[in-house]
Amino acid sequence: MDFLQRPWPWYVSGPLIALVMFALIYFGKTFGMSSNLRTLCTIGGAGKYSDFFRFDWKAQRWNLVVVFGAILGGYIAVNFLSDGTPIALAPDTITDLKTFGFTEAGMTLLPTEIYGWENVLSIKGMGILVLGGFLVGFGTRYAGGCTSGHAITGLSNLQLPSLIAVIGFFAGGLLMTHLLLPLIFG
Amino acid sequence: MQYIKYLFVGVFFGIVLVKSEAVSWYRIFEMFQFQSFHMYGIIGSAVSLGAIGVWILKKIGAKNMEGKTIVLPAKEKSFARYLLGGTIFGLGWALAGACPGPMYILLGTGAFSVGIVLLAAIAGTFVYGLLKTKLPH
Repeated sequence: MDFLQRPWPWYVSGPLIALVMFALIYFGKTFGMSSNLRTLCTIGGAGKYSDFFRFDWKAQRWNLVVVFGAILGGYIAVNFLSDGTPIALAPDTITDLKTFGFTEAGMTLLPTEIYGWENVLSIKGMGILVLGGFLVGFGTRYAGGCTSGHAITGLSNLQLPSLIAVIGFFAGGLLMTHLLLPLIFG
Repeated sequence: MQYIKYLFVGVFFGIVLVKSEAVSWYRIFEMFQFQSFHMYGIIGSAVSLGAIGVWILKKIGAKNMEGKTIVLPAKEKSFARYLLGGTIFGLGWALAGACPGPMYILLGTGAFSVGIVLLAAIAGTFVYGLLKTKLPH
């Protein structure tokens, strides 16, 4: 059972993600995580402010159950299926991150320099998380999907809109990583 | 009880994304630096198998568990919304290092500060809903 505890290689993980997509297709649903953000807005009463949130959210309950399961899955993975192996990042990545002052790259899933409470509770640290989350939430709905809906499901279905969206994901990601992150952390 | 299968799918998804390290900020950074094949291997193998599988399902006219022929809903034709929305999403993805699935999964791993990212993402979706009619689509 050792192999379950170690990090899983890409050629195991990728096919298993495809399996998640096919399971939901078989159940008559579509794999798409970002739809839940809209559902949560609707449950919170956002329909008072925009037609966009006036829909029958109960038809989306199944997706909220997937999300609840995903939270449980995260808990199970770190508490019962991990041996604490650091992430085998590329040596160049570790070197690049040192120039940002990130000293323990790969030792945990998330950098304490961004997600540690002492940084989160500073103005800059809070700004990073709020801006990052806001852009993801705004952009994903504007683009009509996220990594699961466009990159996995949409590309599997050979849809041109999803290809355009994924090109956008990369344009934005490259801009942030190469131009903006060095300004923020450099 | 009809929901239990979705719970299992979600648990499985959460475990896979943690064990693949796709929920890690570091892996997203490394991907956008083109310094490792890892994330490209994950997305590439998922999409390759996905495309072959979807093609076969359509070819044979496979039915889902409700007995209906499987069709994947097509996205509406447009250019601006996908490129602009996609770029905005990408900026946030590379900054927070988390897309909408991992945000929930990371909460389960005990990284509670991700809750701030999730709340901000809900706010972002809300603001999109308010501005929808004013944006180019």
